[in-house]
Amino acid sequence: MMKFDLASHSVRELNQLLHEQARQLTEREWLVLNPGGAHSIACGIDQELSVTIDGHCGYYCAGMNKKAHVTIRGNAGVGVAENMMSGVVRVLGDASQSAGATAHGGLLVIEGNASARCGIAMKGIDIVVKGSVGHMSAFMGQAGRLVVCGDAGDALGDSLYEVRIYVRGKVRSLGADCIEKPMREEHLKELRELLARADVDADPRDFRRYGSARQLYNFKVDNAAAY
Amino acid sequence: MTRDVLPHLRESATFDRAVIHEIQRAAETGIYDIRGWGAKRRVPHFDDLLFLGASMSRYPLEGYREKCATNVVLGTRYAKKPIEISTPITIAGMSFGALSAQAKEALGRGASIVGTSTTTGDGGMTPEEREHSKILVYQYLPSRYGMNPDDLRKADAIEVVLGQGAKPGGGGMLLGQKITERVAKMRTLPVGVDQRSACRHPDWTGPDDLAIKIEELREITDWEKPIYVKIGATRTYYDVKLAVKAGADVVVLDGMQGGTAATQEVFIEHVGIPILAAIPQAVQALQEMNVHRNGVQLIVSGGIRTGADVAKALALGADAVAIGTAALIALGCNHPRWDAEYRKLGSAAGFYDDYHLGQDPAGISTQDPELAKRLDPVVGGRRIANYLRVLTMEAQIIARACGKSHLLNLEPEDLVALTVEAAAMARVPLAGTNWIPGES
Repeated sequence: MMKFDLASHSVRELNQLLHEQARQLTEREWLVLNPGGAHSIACGIDQELSVTIDGHCGYYCAGMNKKAHVTIRGNAGVGVAENMMSGVVRVLGDASQSAGATAHGGLLVIEGNASARCGIAMKGIDIVVKGSVGHMSAFMGQAGRLVVCGDAGDALGDSLYEVRIYVRGKVRSLGADCIEKPMREEHLKELRELLARADVDADPRDFRRYGSARQLYNFKVDNAAAY
Repeated sequence: MTRDVLPHLRESATFDRAVIHEIQRAAETGIYDIRGWGAKRRVPHFDDLLFLGASMSRYPLEGYREKCATNVVLGTRYAKKPIEISTPITIAGMSFGALSAQAKEALGRGASIVGTSTTTGDGGMTPEEREHSKILVYQYLPSRYGMNPDDLRKADAIEVVLGQGAKPGGGGMLLGQKITERVAKMRTLPVGVDQRSACRHPDWTGPDDLAIKIEELREITDWEKPIYVKIGATRTYYDVKLAVKAGADVVVLDGMQGGTAATQEVFIEHVGIPILAAIPQAVQALQEMNVHRNGVQLIVSGGIRTGADVAKALALGADAVAIGTAALIALGCNHPRWDAEYRKLGSAAGFYDDYHLGQDPAGISTQDPELAKRLDPVVGGRRIANYLRVLTMEAQIIARACGKSHLLNLEPEDLVALTVEAAAMARVPLAGTNWIPGES
């Protein structure tokens, strides 16, 4: 295992080394010490690495990740795993706003709570939050699945496209064009698999499903009040 | 014509025929008008400026014997790999989706022939575009459609888009007619949906966050790529200062005449300021931060048509310009040969701006494969190259006449204004006077 101490080296040095692993793999296991809330830690990885960050991270940790498994032993700042393409990012603490924003693939697990706009404009990622999510989560979500084991804040799924949302707790309010939908067997199966992948012990039957009513897909003047 | 035949009729200046038509159209449909193109109203523009050619107090350069250089380097502030373009005229961001694949390829071919850059748009990078553009700027937009780290690394520069001149404060729009299977797949959207993308970025807000976002983009690309920040011209002085503070290598400033593929008419005509008014504000901001012509480059766009416009923009302090609408016209948009088909669509050659409908007879602003086939990308590329060369040569003619051995040596002192408004906006004297309104 490669130990990298951010108390004595820069994020730039760390990321350069991680990026070089895509060209020549020399070490799969990485432990990052003393992250100190720095931004952009482990962003842009393009290799099957296992990176553990021992502490809190700032903005955009594991941004645009491909293939790597990144674990944050602490809280994550704004935009953790933003635009992730593949791999797994696991936050053992809480995540700030816009977790998993615009991400195309991979799995983001947040063991604590996620703040506002979790999964905003998500494009295929799966996000599992053990706790609750803030307002406007999955706003303009295009594809992928968002699982919330706790509660969801205001305007969940506002202006949603094709994201499927599962919530176990209360939903404070649904956003424009987001509706509750029946939980069929295929959804229970899908949710069961997602929870298993995220290593979350929960019963899929306790969840409700939400998705797009698809009424705003094409502009109709009669819907003007909804915008 | 009507007034020629019936001279006693008096048309209202307030409620002219266009206004009457729009009121009646709104009453019939209950929906605002959407169109492409940029602002069509008359605003103070480069036409309102003139150059003071050399005579007794300045030496001109010989037209065909003394060199007037045109190359510009962009991204010298932080990027490990700045871009060098042979002419200070670039192709502005326009998406595959808004434009056909053939049009994008033609733009790339033409720009590459003359050694300048093209720019992606709201929808990501196509392989054709990358293949045919030697220098490609990859836009990083609020929608993040198609955004991925592989394309980010393939790009020669990254343009973080905060806004555009046609609709500062508005998001992208692409109506369902143009969301074909390929466009939908690239944008992860259902086929045929009216795509109205976000106006704000999803994971940052404000200049302090933008600084962190720019740092992330630099980290992902190992600090190789120049980072541009594009803004629509509004509160230009402050926006440019904040963009520079956030770490931009290049500021791209788009005036209200800048084009769009689809936006509400009311937005196009009533939000934003002319590029003429915006450039001096941007230059002032850069000068006060000691980065003008010293680390941060300024690219301006919005109504560039001729080499004279290019020269005037550079004289006011820009390092380069970008063209969008003019490039489409060079490709054949609004060409008289398509007039009969424009008329079938309720328009005419010279007036066509319904880019959003995807029925462009010229095969440019369409996703219809039959229409798109009308544009030969090789021929189109040659037309773009020709046009870019003409613009460059025209700008050189003016620069030499002003005694400049490089286009970037043009300066405000070479200019005067024809109107008080233009003098005030451009901060150059009214012709025949020493008077700069507001300054002297």
